[in-house]
Amino acid sequence: MTHKGIHDKVFETINVIALSLILIVVLYPLVFVLSASISNPYLVIRGEVLLFPKEITFQAYTRVFRDSAVLTGFLNTLVYASTGTMINLAMTTMGAYPLSRPNLPGRKIVMLAILMTMFFSGGLIPTYMVVKSLGIINTYWAMVLPGAVSVFNLIVMRTFFENIPGELHEAAMIDGSSQIRTLLRIVLPLSVPILAVMTLFYGVAHWNSFFNGLIYLSDREKYPLQLIIREILIQSQMQEMMELADESAAQQQLMGESIKYALIVVTSLPVLLLYPLLQRYFVQGIMIGAIKG
Amino acid sequence: MVRRLAHNYQLYLLLIPVLIYFAVFHYWPMYGVQIAFKRFTPMKGIIGSEWVGFDHFERFFNSYYFMRLLINTVGISLYELAVSFPVPILLALMIHEVSSKKFKRTVQTVTYAPHFLSVVVMVGMLMTFLSPTTGIVNHLIGWFGLESISFMTEPGWFKTLFVGSHVWQNAGWSSIIYIAALTNIDPQMHEAAAIDGASRLQRIWHINLPGIMPTIVILFILNIGSIMNVGFEKIFLMQNDLNMSASDVFATYVYRSGILGAQYSFAAAVGLFNSIVNLALLVAVNLAARRVSGNSLW
Repeated sequence: MTHKGIHDKVFETINVIALSLILIVVLYPLVFVLSASISNPYLVIRGEVLLFPKEITFQAYTRVFRDSAVLTGFLNTLVYASTGTMINLAMTTMGAYPLSRPNLPGRKIVMLAILMTMFFSGGLIPTYMVVKSLGIINTYWAMVLPGAVSVFNLIVMRTFFENIPGELHEAAMIDGSSQIRTLLRIVLPLSVPILAVMTLFYGVAHWNSFFNGLIYLSDREKYPLQLIIREILIQSQMQEMMELADESAAQQQLMGESIKYALIVVTSLPVLLLYPLLQRYFVQGIMIGAIKG
Repeated sequence: MVRRLAHNYQLYLLLIPVLIYFAVFHYWPMYGVQIAFKRFTPMKGIIGSEWVGFDHFERFFNSYYFMRLLINTVGISLYELAVSFPVPILLALMIHEVSSKKFKRTVQTVTYAPHFLSVVVMVGMLMTFLSPTTGIVNHLIGWFGLESISFMTEPGWFKTLFVGSHVWQNAGWSSIIYIAALTNIDPQMHEAAAIDGASRLQRIWHINLPGIMPTIVILFILNIGSIMNVGFEKIFLMQNDLNMSASDVFATYVYRSGILGAQYSFAAAVGLFNSIVNLALLVAVNLAARRVSGNSLW
């Protein structure tokens, strides 16, 4: 082995060790949350659970699932995420397709007007006032309409459409297909990967969003899941869950801690479980947007 | 011309709802920004309210909060930029050098994952881990015989916690773009360099890094463009009465004075100031980048 070869071997080893350390640092908090959520809360609070769960119990989970606020929040989020994502997909397609057609008069101006909004906005207060004057404050619409199109996603989708061979469009036109028909029958069936990416991007964004709910909703019955868990995780308001049981104050505090861990798991698991299956699409999406956009 | 428009009428039909969306939710608020120069009263509406010029801005610049907000906003942004901008680049360069496909995939899958946690969950994790009485971090500190630290209420810790957790959550995800750019580098360059006797590190330095430089510049400009509103939602969630001196930024102040305090005009003025600084930074950096590297957004 040459001198240079040894250097490269050393390099490779150090690199793998460093990445392994990073792997542990990223993974550890996630594993800990999972372990803490199913361990005896007393041991968690005393710091005796470090990696693996001890004295496994699912009490915290039964509490979480018995709580009506969490359940309502969960269902609300499902509604917001599904209707919201459908609106997002329809709107983004309707915007991206015409803007991807090379000969459409006025396409540059429209694109510029849309891009502008990425760099300058009216800000929180004027936007809030618009939503208010539309009369949709404290309604489901406030959760799905203000973010109906993401400019970034629109660009990603337009780029994808632009890369569909023009011959297909010509062939469709010669056969007398109208443009909407071409979109529905030819372009969209070819766009399944990008539609998957968009569904995921928008879906995750809806699942994780809390700020729109915070400013536009006052009715707790309409709160999305993230707002409910904010109350419990961050503001430590979990009386409702506690009143269910008549325990001593010390026991309540114990239970409260493991409820927090269980709640983190319940909220994050749906997305984290889906993600490895769909990772390929996510990565594809971000690359289309980044490199050609 | 008319015929071309008529020929494309279906495409314009598709565009109409999208144009309405942008007009209503993006351009109408821009029109509404004028309340920053008015004394807005809901009774009179945006048009009817009287003009007051730069009154709100003057009041804001002269207020006790202004310096604190400016220092925190810029401080958090620069700290964030200094740490969380280079880390993904480094991570991508490292991941790219791994020869085992399986290990590479594992590292990528794991490091991307935290990106999918919501901000609420992220801050919730910070708070449970860092709790002075029950959190694991303080247990570890306790084992070394040290005093426990109340991280979340200590102003001195705020910025580090904010930036550190951001890196943990997003470094992997942000590295995707650089990894993609790295795979586009012509392998012949590496072969040629290897024949000339370049070591792995030299090749990374002289081939890989310059190869992804355009991507780095573009992302840097985009980062600068949002420097004044980094992670507003997370700052807001991490904020409490005790760490306010380190955590209050323009955006959280707008929320408090505008949404909670209903001082619409004043809050709109603060928000407008924030947007303008943002835009000015973006234009300046874009110009500088074009001069220096020939890469720019426009």
